[in-house]
Amino acid sequence: MTGWDRFADSFLNARVAAEYLPRIIEGFWLTIILAACVIATGLVAGLVLAVLRAMGVRPLNWLIIFVVDLFRALPPLVIIVLIFFGLPGMGIEFSGFAAAWISLSLVLMAFAEEIYWAGITAVPKGQWEASRSLGLPFLVTFLVVIMPQAIRIVIPPLTNRTIAITKGTALASVVAVPEILGAAQAGVSFSFNPTPLTLGAAAYLVLFLPVVVLGRWVETRFAWKR
Amino acid sequence: MSDFLETFFSIDILREAWPILLTGFGQTLLLSAVTVPLGVVGGLVLALLSTVRNPWVRWPLMAWVDVFRALPPLVLLVFIYAGLPFAGLEVSALGAVAIGFFLNTGAYYGEIFRAGLESVPAGQREAARALGLHRAQIMVLVVLPQAIRNVLPDLVSNTLEVVKLTSIASVVAMPELLFQARQAQSVTYNATPIMAAAVAYFILLWPLVRLLSRLENRQLASRR
Repeated sequence: MTGWDRFADSFLNARVAAEYLPRIIEGFWLTIILAACVIATGLVAGLVLAVLRAMGVRPLNWLIIFVVDLFRALPPLVIIVLIFFGLPGMGIEFSGFAAAWISLSLVLMAFAEEIYWAGITAVPKGQWEASRSLGLPFLVTFLVVIMPQAIRIVIPPLTNRTIAITKGTALASVVAVPEILGAAQAGVSFSFNPTPLTLGAAAYLVLFLPVVVLGRWVETRFAWKR
Repeated sequence: MSDFLETFFSIDILREAWPILLTGFGQTLLLSAVTVPLGVVGGLVLALLSTVRNPWVRWPLMAWVDVFRALPPLVLLVFIYAGLPFAGLEVSALGAVAIGFFLNTGAYYGEIFRAGLESVPAGQREAARALGLHRAQIMVLVVLPQAIRNVLPDLVSNTLEVVKLTSIASVVAMPELLFQARQAQSVTYNATPIMAAAVAYFILLWPLVRLLSRLENRQLASRR
């Protein structure tokens, strides 16, 4: 066997690929579901924290800043492991999916809050004062006046951060979630052939390459005009 | 409440586990000291190459960066560590981590440095040329210092991410902090070692997070 034959037989083995492709596809959908859950809860929770912080209650703000710092400093895998292997000791059991969902949502929440907050503080104070003096209540001011102006500033960093954290769904394989990487690893150990890993890598590229390119486009589209 | 303390903050367990946690902490620092410079150097090379106008250089380069930004680092790491041996290439855990991080974080650092280089006005280069500096001097003495200053928050942020990311090396059995904590947890059936690891990460990285917040606010203030 030549070197190329051996390589193709290992990494591009058609028989193994045909056998494990269905599992990888199932994993592909699971990755999308997990990612969608994380994005929905993370971005909303981050927005809630940012609204609370904008109310300007000192002790509450310290607490928010601490929570945000905490989840920006901790590696996502450590949080996943802590929830999945730690909490059962107290009689609280989470599935691997739930552990990954909660952990990545907390991380996205922290980063999103920080980005929203940066956007909010970038809107001139006069906007707040003007709309409050027009009699708009706090929440209406926030959602109708401040956020639309802030959103333009926050979209590029928020897009990039969301993509980066969504890629963390691969970490769920560590707690036995059969998403793309989990399915691929299982395939490798059953078939003793790395072709499922090649399929897995291809599946991630199919999923994330358009998103990364989109992120690049968003960055130029919403760039700061100087 | 006592359940909670016993599960996550058991003094007895901590006393037993801390020597192994300490070696793990050392490994994490070592791993960071290897992977951050690798990523920075890889990123600088990519960014400098991206200043070449030739489309035969630009497009493959962009594809390279996007592919390695699209692949989750853990996927890359598992592919290198578990896949390459089938091709007859045996790589150690440290080797796999080094290659994977070089490819992944190099691409991220590359994008940041590229943005930095593009943020330096062309007049700076022209003025430097008019003063008779040659290309290397212009890049090292004039353009790079300004470029790095302009993207400093992103550089710090990415470095923070790289240090956090070293925790995935536990998946390929590198005996770093998270791996050691999980070992200790599985022996003692108690989550205290993992909590201790989390606290260690927090103590290590909190100053960096604070610094980052400050840098980001300053950058925002200057744009207003």
